[in-house]
Amino acid sequence: MNEGVYWRGERHMGATFAEKLLAKYGKQDSVEPGQIVTVQPDHLLTHDNTAAIIQKIESELQTYGICDPSFSLIVLDHVIPAASEKTATNHLRIREFVKEFGIQHFYDVGEGVCHQLVVEKGHATPGSLLVGSDSHTCSYGAVGAFATGIDRTEAASLLLTGETWLKVPVSIQMRLKEKLSKGVTPKDIILSIIGDISASGATYCSVEFHGDVQQFTIEDRFTIANMGVEMGAKNAVFPADEVTEKYLKTLGLKNKMDTSCNPDPDACYDQIITYDISDMEPVVACPHTVDNVKPVQEVTSIEIQQCLLGTCTNGRLSDLHQAASLLKGKTIHPSVRFLVIPASRSVYLDAVEQGVIDILSKAGAVILPPGCGPCLGAHQGVLAPGERCLSTANRNFKGRMGCKEAEIYLASPLTVAASALTGHITDPREMI
Amino acid sequence: MKVWKYGDNINTDMLFPGKYTYTCSVAEEIKPHLLEDLDPSFSSNVQSGDLIFAGKNFGCGSSREQPVIGLKAVGIQAVVAESFARIFYRAAINQGLLLIECAEAVEAYQKDETVDLDLMNGKITIGPKTYTFPKLPKEILAIREVGGLLPYTREKLKKKGCK
Repeated sequence: MNEGVYWRGERHMGATFAEKLLAKYGKQDSVEPGQIVTVQPDHLLTHDNTAAIIQKIESELQTYGICDPSFSLIVLDHVIPAASEKTATNHLRIREFVKEFGIQHFYDVGEGVCHQLVVEKGHATPGSLLVGSDSHTCSYGAVGAFATGIDRTEAASLLLTGETWLKVPVSIQMRLKEKLSKGVTPKDIILSIIGDISASGATYCSVEFHGDVQQFTIEDRFTIANMGVEMGAKNAVFPADEVTEKYLKTLGLKNKMDTSCNPDPDACYDQIITYDISDMEPVVACPHTVDNVKPVQEVTSIEIQQCLLGTCTNGRLSDLHQAASLLKGKTIHPSVRFLVIPASRSVYLDAVEQGVIDILSKAGAVILPPGCGPCLGAHQGVLAPGERCLSTANRNFKGRMGCKEAEIYLASPLTVAASALTGHITDPREMI
Repeated sequence: MKVWKYGDNINTDMLFPGKYTYTCSVAEEIKPHLLEDLDPSFSSNVQSGDLIFAGKNFGCGSSREQPVIGLKAVGIQAVVAESFARIFYRAAINQGLLLIECAEAVEAYQKDETVDLDLMNGKITIGPKTYTFPKLPKEILAIREVGGLLPYTREKLKKKGCK
């Protein structure tokens, strides 16, 4: 599917998205890949790990305070409601911190997955810079932001100073051409790309999505950008366009539309990779790496005991609607547990209002509170040895869902819903 | 000194299982679970000064600094790999754990060969052969020299003074 790769050449004069944005935040006229710039991001996201982060800097917090109460975005989502005394105590400590330092953007248990809330609440906008102590921070490229993951120690330092360094990455342009066939979804696009270029295919790179992207809603783009880190990308972005502008209007943020960091037509890319997405089909990432991608038809004999629909990758309204379209009036297979997690309270309420929760619940789904659920293996659906889960999440590493003798397969909401009905991995096109 | 050799795509769940991420955050809690799902013999047998050799994309996956803190605490001298995932690489800079990107060295290493590291000159010697790796940029060396990001930030804050 890689139709052409064009290497860096002298004729290119323009700047990529990453170069423009890091020049702006680094207060430089222009920057080059490899250059290190000091930046003050617009926001820092931390979640349940805020407790461990503030523990590192207790005395500094007392001496210096935090850099800015509007800088920090804190969301409790990873282990919610608390699963143990320890996690409950962490949550308590975070609430105390929020109160003591007047943190302005705090979302407590049940509001949703952090990445969903950052976008839904309008904290990420085109041309903004966000960092977060979570690898899927790269999701905000869906709305044209530059967003990337950092570790807890760096988050601690940022809380105090509001400042960090970033190396300017080289950029990869991915051109998505044509239209998807019926039953094939944006999840299949990103899984196919990762299967093609490998789990390290974009390491340290900024990935820009171009081509026929007007057909993709912000929700579609979210799913694709979310998995940028699964190919090693520093960030993944859909440069702001009419779709972004329309979305910002629905949030009441029309004035935040900004195309000043959109790449120049003659920008210099390390690679340009073109995908004809009309050729793509439903795929599944098989254990235990995200790039072990196979066409769904090659794995239909595999029986599953658990299905998971949700997470920051695929827990939005359109994802729940897609699953409901296959499950309406039907009942899931008796040997399958079907877990559904709306990505936020807002998604949950819309899904209730539009009858989607009714359909899923009557089909046999267990509806979990908006949050990360069992994706990280801490609670709410941990697997037993020998079990298999088909999930809409973004990671299928060994042990990820709490048991190293279990297997995780990743697929689209349509494939997961179709498979929940049959008890084995199923091509959703057979049911549409 | 022992060399622990692993393959490609050693992810953060293999280095430190996700189920412990909200219950273990300091070195003593982390150590017993290091590499638990990858190599159960590691945590009880690793010794200070040991090295890890690995393939491509070491540390891919989550933003999870426990494996970095843990590997530093048990005294891993350096991780030598063909490539590293970027959040892990950054976390290692911030904790002062040495990562060396040197595909030739990883490829050349045979079991039980002697390995010698020369950080000042960016050289790694395996058996009879010596390989070079690029020196770190000055911005990153500045963090390393003071023992990691938090000491670096403390110095910065002291210079700025109290608010």
